[in-house]
Amino acid sequence: MSILLGVIMVVFGVAALLTVIRIVRGPSILDRAVASDVLLTEVMCVLGAEMAINGHTRSIPVLLIIAAIGVFGSIAVARFVARRDNTTP
Amino acid sequence: MNVFGLMIPDAVIDAAVLVLILVGALLCLFAAIGLLRFRDVPSRLHAATKPQVLGLLLICLGIALSQRSIGGILLGLVLVAPIVLMQFATAPLSAHMVGRQAYRNGSIEQRNLVVDELADSKQTPPAAG
Repeated sequence: MSILLGVIMVVFGVAALLTVIRIVRGPSILDRAVASDVLLTEVMCVLGAEMAINGHTRSIPVLLIIAAIGVFGSIAVARFVARRDNTTP
Repeated sequence: MNVFGLMIPDAVIDAAVLVLILVGALLCLFAAIGLLRFRDVPSRLHAATKPQVLGLLLICLGIALSQRSIGGILLGLVLVAPIVLMQFATAPLSAHMVGRQAYRNGSIEQRNLVVDELADSKQTPPAAG
């Protein structure tokens, strides 16, 4: 069981690291918005995994709030991004 | 006999919860790999929106399953259902907004498109919004 826990932690960590690499490197701001959305969903996944492993349900309101308002970041960026922002690839 | 108080053995529950969380974590990893490997914004959206929502669904099932009794599992399903429904509702919304702006922004590789049905609308000034 503890081996499986370690594997889960490593997989979550590697996924977060790859997403942060895309946020840093992303050529346009839309790439960064998409990667931030992925990172936010991954935070939700980590919170849920911690709840399921430790057997409590105290973080469910946090998950609900993140699921409800996390979308506004991407929508605001996509709505107000400049018409051309990747002239230098 | 009270069905809702029926306890499921601990070993079964622990193994099932850990496998569900592992599959969810692997789906998160696949989303991150796709985000890193694909080349333009719509392909990255394709990798970003789909596997991760499925991973969150599996992890929410794990949360419900970790309540150990039949009644607890049903209550857990009721608790996590709004999260999953909210994510199902908002993921296509943000993907649609970002994809539309990516098309107008020109951050699409035109030579990868088989057919471009919106090419005519680019000739006229696009409507606001």
